[in-house]
Amino acid sequence: MTAPLHEPTAEAAPSAAEEASVATSGAKAVQGRSLGRIAWERLKRDKLALTGGVVVLVLVVVALLAPVITGLLGQDPNEYHENLIDPLFGTPTGSLGGLSGDHLLGVEPVNGRDIFARILYGARISLLVGFLSAVVAVILGTVLGILAGFFGGWVDSLISRVMDGLLAFPQLLFIIALVSVMPNDLLGLSGSSVRVFVMILVIGFFGWPYIGRVVRGQTLSLREREYVEAARSLGAGRLYILFKELLPNLVAPIVVYTTMMIPTNILTEAALSFLGVGVKPPTASWGQMLSSAIDYYESDPMYMVVPGVAIFITVLAFNLFGDGVRDALDPKASR
Amino acid sequence: MLAYLIRRLFAAAVMLVVIVMVVFGIFFLIPKWAGVDIALSFVGKQADPAAVEGVREKLGLGDPIYAQVWEFFKGIFAGRTYTGGGDSIHCAAPCFGYSFRSEQAVWPVLTDRFPVTLALALGAAVLWLIFGVSAGVLSALKRGSLWDRGAMVIALSGVSLPIYFTGMVALSIFVYGLDLFDGQFVPLDESFTGWFGGMILPWVTLAFLYAAMYARITRATMLEILGEDYIRTARAKGLKEHTVIGKHAMRSTMTPLLTMLGMDLGALIGGAILTETAFNLPGLGQAVLNAIKNQDLPIILGVTLITSLAVLVANLVVDILYAVIDPRVRLA
Repeated sequence: MTAPLHEPTAEAAPSAAEEASVATSGAKAVQGRSLGRIAWERLKRDKLALTGGVVVLVLVVVALLAPVITGLLGQDPNEYHENLIDPLFGTPTGSLGGLSGDHLLGVEPVNGRDIFARILYGARISLLVGFLSAVVAVILGTVLGILAGFFGGWVDSLISRVMDGLLAFPQLLFIIALVSVMPNDLLGLSGSSVRVFVMILVIGFFGWPYIGRVVRGQTLSLREREYVEAARSLGAGRLYILFKELLPNLVAPIVVYTTMMIPTNILTEAALSFLGVGVKPPTASWGQMLSSAIDYYESDPMYMVVPGVAIFITVLAFNLFGDGVRDALDPKASR
Repeated sequence: MLAYLIRRLFAAAVMLVVIVMVVFGIFFLIPKWAGVDIALSFVGKQADPAAVEGVREKLGLGDPIYAQVWEFFKGIFAGRTYTGGGDSIHCAAPCFGYSFRSEQAVWPVLTDRFPVTLALALGAAVLWLIFGVSAGVLSALKRGSLWDRGAMVIALSGVSLPIYFTGMVALSIFVYGLDLFDGQFVPLDESFTGWFGGMILPWVTLAFLYAAMYARITRATMLEILGEDYIRTARAKGLKEHTVIGKHAMRSTMTPLLTMLGMDLGALIGGAILTETAFNLPGLGQAVLNAIKNQDLPIILGVTLITSLAVLVANLVVDILYAVIDPRVRLA
């Protein structure tokens, strides 16, 4: 933080967060606005962010209910409809990629699988990998960041060097390399679930330094605050200070970085699937649909547009929501 | 300054060694744990046992991992001769390994493909710096205006679009729809206009993504800096507005941009995998992707090394430039 200038506002955040921790621990009598309340009230005024949030919510529900929705429509993501394919060109018959009442977004070239069903199932992979890899990154980043900031000394040097090193790594390359050397069967999983599992771990692993850096910096400045000193002088142990005094005040930056990380992770998952090292066919994923659409962007542009737009809407919604959350939680932002 | 430089160079060298070991670890240890024979992936799935045995002997795959790493490093400076299975292959210095699968040394592959990737990265960087930074500065100065909101919506959309999708859309509109460009990569030494025509779409597509990111960062940084005391001082002492912005505010805005530029350029020079795949450009990124699909370990190892080197060099250059731009940074 660029300190003295923003001191008054920077001071306001921790005290608000302290109230939040008190409020959530059950003392309902305490009046005053918690950080969560303040943030929520700001977020409510931000129409774009709210729209993003609603879209995210809808996407999550749709992804969870994918089997139900496709079942209601009588479609299956892996069922072939070769009767809808022009045998001469391999492209769907009819206009707009075979769009019809049965096939809301048309069918794939060559084998005629229903694109709408595949998009819904693809959403599951995207969101699952996006969320869980962010969780992995947050857990690693928070724990290691706090440790580095709180203990200082060689612990800090070691963790900081590792973070610098990881950030300087050509990440996409390493992610591709790691995902591609993983065996097909791992810990009782097989096929696409291995890939999903590995992607979550690897993307999360390369993401933690971004959160770790922020948490470390915040911890460094927070541990010198009076209230920490007060707790220490009252005889609080290290663990108490770590979990009861520091962690609640780190919630805001952690939340902000998590919401910003999810869309990036979704893009990475799509990129991996696009490059052919993501989930394995026939499991549907957006990136994979785009990569097979490359051969048809002349003859069947719908096939390319649908998954592309799906990725775009999802990532944009997360970005809008993330920007809103950042503005709402940042005491410096007065927008 | 000199001491700083030496320390940084030393740190970069250590980092490079660590990266080589990590890469070796990924490609040699993980398959070992998984019970996969690495020699097989050097030769090919249908290889006969004698060839596999030959490769195992040539590479010293039975040796401990540190010995293999050492042989690899020695090869870079002194060249290397692979002997085993009744024949031997010489790989001249700088030997970054030999691909038994495609029967070629890795170094020529790297030097063949590097110029394409370099041209892609540098050309796009020029574009995104010009458009991204100026859009960001204008947005910050006209905060809340129609221009600001419009530019930021476009920028947010830009960072939300996968680059390969933008690339495919650009290809289908400009190459197949309007027939403006050829859409094929032409080597520079064959025809300049052909090369330029083939590179325009990749440049613009790549630059669009990065311009969006840079515009967002530039705007945010600029807004923060315009609130600083020294800007008020500059205005109070009667400096013209364009001097305040152009000289005083821009200088501080450039610092975080430079950090980003260093990392982004480094990463791109090491292989713009997605862009090269979408536009079918024969660069390092495409080489490494093909190598990964074929399990061609030596090429993956070589490209990863070059990529890491590019990232390290870019970061080093940025850190030195820091001191030039920002007088508050003292190198010690």
